[in-house]
Amino acid sequence: MRLAVIGAGAVGRSVVELADEYGHEVVAVADSSSAVVADAETGSGVDAEVVVTRKAEAGVVGDDDPEDALAADYDALVEATPTTLGDAEPGFSHVRTALERDRHAVLANKGPVAERYGDLQALVADNAGGVRFEATVGGAIPAVSTVEDIEPGHVTAVRGVLNGTANFILTRMAAEGLDYEHVLAEAQDLGVAEADPSFDVDGTDAALKCVILANVLSFGAADDPADAREFTLADADVEGIRDIPGSTLRLAAEDGRTVRLIGEATGETVRVAPRLVHENGTLAVSGTQNIVQIETSHAGRLNISGRGAGGPETASAVLGDVGRLG
Amino acid sequence: MSDTRDGAPEDAAVDGGHDPASSTHTVRLELVDEPGQLLAALQPIANNGGNLLSIYHERGNKTPRGRIPVEVDFEATAERFEAIVEALREDGITVMQAGTERYAEEITLLLFGHLIDTDLSDTLSRIEASASTSVADVSLAAPQGTEESSSARLRLEARSGESAAAIAAVRDIAEEKDLRVVAPLAGVDA
Repeated sequence: MRLAVIGAGAVGRSVVELADEYGHEVVAVADSSSAVVADAETGSGVDAEVVVTRKAEAGVVGDDDPEDALAADYDALVEATPTTLGDAEPGFSHVRTALERDRHAVLANKGPVAERYGDLQALVADNAGGVRFEATVGGAIPAVSTVEDIEPGHVTAVRGVLNGTANFILTRMAAEGLDYEHVLAEAQDLGVAEADPSFDVDGTDAALKCVILANVLSFGAADDPADAREFTLADADVEGIRDIPGSTLRLAAEDGRTVRLIGEATGETVRVAPRLVHENGTLAVSGTQNIVQIETSHAGRLNISGRGAGGPETASAVLGDVGRLG
Repeated sequence: MSDTRDGAPEDAAVDGGHDPASSTHTVRLELVDEPGQLLAALQPIANNGGNLLSIYHERGNKTPRGRIPVEVDFEATAERFEAIVEALREDGITVMQAGTERYAEEITLLLFGHLIDTDLSDTLSRIEASASTSVADVSLAAPQGTEESSSARLRLEARSGESAAAIAAVRDIAEEKDLRVVAPLAGVDA
């Protein structure tokens, strides 16, 4: 398929670099201020290496206007701009543009699926293209497609560890007996936590992923999308890990347990909170690992763990989606 | 465990055999693995008029917390049985099951925040006062003294099927005192 990649952060760049390996061709790349678009007449393509180098050195991906990438002749648009809340713009409009042109859209941006799932489904219903968003939940972990394979009506709950930064902090606090502030500084030095870690440590990121899963469960189980309950971040009950003292983790460890930031989604509720789990239990993944646990009606419990973030990891989920749409 | 193991009684109050008002009771205890604990657990039974019948001491079968489950059968009247269970609890012995009243569900949870400034003993007694819960064990960690945030691990015993209600009750009390609760994942062997 011919891809237009909107967003040139770690995920967008990895999609550009790996697309060829998956048998796809990148015909346009845009970041917030620039774009490069293949020209069919002159035969000039998008050279992944050139784009990535130019982004690193000059902060732009090419000489074209971002609008040109949206108008390019692609089969699927990859939306990999940063997640925004509320109206989920400009990501939502990028996806709308693609769908209204009867093209497919693949999202790595959580905003449109967490905040405007209903609007997005309405656009899909009215147009020929499809929308997929595996990369928005758990990075490389095939959470959404596994739920779809089992069928949302036969999935009673999805829970798991969905934020690597928070998990890294809790893991280090427990292992080293250190306090939150100390471990956060270490995580920031290692590049595991951002300068402003709020999105991760306050549980917002995990909550968005659970909201997306709740939408998949709710819309997937409904006979008519009009009957489905739509979830947004406002529907999630969210507690983060910011105030947890080191002594809490020590008390948990004395009892063979530990604390993990666990997100849970059903078709009715979304909840993210630090929870007590067994130290060697399935959900107590270490460091930046993520895990998704799917509770089914007829097939018991499924666990999938793996890397929940990272450029190539998330790009593999994006390219898997492109393959499903092809 | 039934309290009528001596045969099908015609009258529930008269099934013991020896004393017409006595019946056989079973209590299931969890003892700390330390010398003298078993004797300490038997004393309240004997002191309150219980007639010991058998002791099943599962020394090799520890609970995840390293405690030893012990099952004690004894004869006592209904009134004395109540007094015995009360005396055991007063002595700090964990009673997991007493006769037919079964604390089937054990819940471990953590609390953190200003536990001491907000009167921990009041917090605990209010949790105890909530209908279905008994506080079996409390561990407190206050490394920064009373001024800073401290943590507590609580082991609660709830009647069968009432774990969720017990956790909800703890949450309500915690919210009022601006404490945070780290609850276990309900129904998930995580």
